[in-house]
Amino acid sequence: MRLSLTKKSILHLLLAAGAVTMILPFLWMVSTSLKPESEIFASPTWLPQVWRWGNYRAAMEAAAFGRYFLNTVLYSVLVTLSNLLLCSLAAYAFARLEFRGKNVLFVLVLATMMIPGQVTMVPVFVMLKHWPLAGGNDWLGAGGHGLLNSYPGLVLPAAVGAFGIFLLRQFFLTLPRELEDAARLDGCSEFGIYWRIILPLSKPALATLGIFTFTAAWNEFLWPLLITSKDSLKTLQIGLQVFQTQYTTRWDLLMAGTVVVTIPVLIVFLAGQKYFTRGIAMSGLKG
Amino acid sequence: MKAARHQPIAYAFLSPGLALFLVFTVIPVFAALYLSFCRYDVIHSPAWLGVRNYARLWQDITNHGVFYLSLRNTLQYAFGTIPLGLALALALALLLNARLKGMGVYRTTYYLPVVTSMVAVAMVWMWIYDPSYGLLNYLLARLSSGRITPQAWLADPGQAMAAIVAMSVWKGLGYNTVIYLAGLQGIPEHLYEAATIDGANAWQRFRRITWPLLKPTTAFILVVSVIGASQVFAQVYVMTNGGPNNATTTIVHQIFQNAFSYLKMGYASAMAFVLFALIFLLSLITLRLTRAGQVEYA
Repeated sequence: MRLSLTKKSILHLLLAAGAVTMILPFLWMVSTSLKPESEIFASPTWLPQVWRWGNYRAAMEAAAFGRYFLNTVLYSVLVTLSNLLLCSLAAYAFARLEFRGKNVLFVLVLATMMIPGQVTMVPVFVMLKHWPLAGGNDWLGAGGHGLLNSYPGLVLPAAVGAFGIFLLRQFFLTLPRELEDAARLDGCSEFGIYWRIILPLSKPALATLGIFTFTAAWNEFLWPLLITSKDSLKTLQIGLQVFQTQYTTRWDLLMAGTVVVTIPVLIVFLAGQKYFTRGIAMSGLKG
Repeated sequence: MKAARHQPIAYAFLSPGLALFLVFTVIPVFAALYLSFCRYDVIHSPAWLGVRNYARLWQDITNHGVFYLSLRNTLQYAFGTIPLGLALALALALLLNARLKGMGVYRTTYYLPVVTSMVAVAMVWMWIYDPSYGLLNYLLARLSSGRITPQAWLADPGQAMAAIVAMSVWKGLGYNTVIYLAGLQGIPEHLYEAATIDGANAWQRFRRITWPLLKPTTAFILVVSVIGASQVFAQVYVMTNGGPNNATTTIVHQIFQNAFSYLKMGYASAMAFVLFALIFLLSLITLRLTRAGQVEYA
């Protein structure tokens, strides 16, 4: 379809107007994060009159932000790695191996996608609290705080996902079988085939799942909110609340903190955009 | 014989993932069902109540209590965000589908709010909505030459939900747009060419080709949106904590409050199952509605 110049201009005008609406809150966030407090409580200006780079240091020092950052990185990386490994292992079995109960198990895994996390959240919390022999608990799970406020408590409930298994199984099914058959004849083990043939061929699908899982974990709010009360375990999303008290909000520092929370995930998105949109399209097309 | 060939090794591949599913999803679902018939405060062991938690929820609904409000607000949120979000995403996808220079940049820009965390976005919008120093009131006053007086937004029971809806539509727009774009790219070009030759105008092409062929995409977006809207929580928790005067409390916000602030974990579990049923029902209705009149062009 060829468009006339007028139509092209109108199109660009509409899209640009929308794009400005999308980007403006981000610019406002950055601008606020660099203003002194006197400018924040004054008539708004787009750019700071005095650029207060020190807001960032002040924000980082207002709370254990370094620790929150480290916790968030650790949580996101561990959840991503475990999802890549565990989902691909299960997906390999569902895509390539024959065993009794295969279809029933696969349907059951998919069915768990329908259960809202809020249903299981209370029992999982209780279970983690009463985890035997952890966090000062005895073997009956009494006496201590269990896995609350611990990395395993944060990571384990998110360590595998039905969507990831489904996505990878669908991808594995599209791979040609010839290479594996040859390898099998040469006496290669199933794990060898999975590790040395299937996984290297599945880099695009693994990248998609990895980026999805990483950003979801980085942005996760509800679970870390429930499971962490100690500063040493909190993630960034929870830590941002230190700038809000019942009576005042330090908007300058809060916006500096929000910038710090947002930048890593934007970098991951911009670097892996290709896999991102492909993943969304994949999840959309199955519907 | 063939079916049994891989059995032991297959279970070895499956067991780590399935064990986690069993411990963190399957068992908790049954535990939650049991708890929903109990009084449980974490400290004392669960005490069997029969259906009393569910009866209390029913009473709350008929007496227009807090749970009723949370149901009403969640539906308001759903009806506020879904039709608007869908229409805007479709319009945007149609614009972005034109093959022009610079489309990649637009696409990236529209997607930025989607990858940003809800907490960060909610904080920024709280600042934009600030009654005294917020950007929104300032811009409205400027654009109307002072005729629009500063609004309280999140602090006004009549406006708070609308403010949350507007922010959420802004945040989710890029996601729906990308799905619509994928759907649009699946429509074969020759259908449009044939229709143009037959003298169909742009509206007719949209009405007879684009819209009907996008039905599966629309159905998918609707179901995902219904599930998402039913579970709205983070923005409410951050921006208003359910206030003012319960004007923005939602089902998940009530589950959270009851379970972890009031330690009424049995009552909260009953709410969670009501939510489960609601999501199931709404998804089913959506699928039924969108499946009617589906077309295919060979």
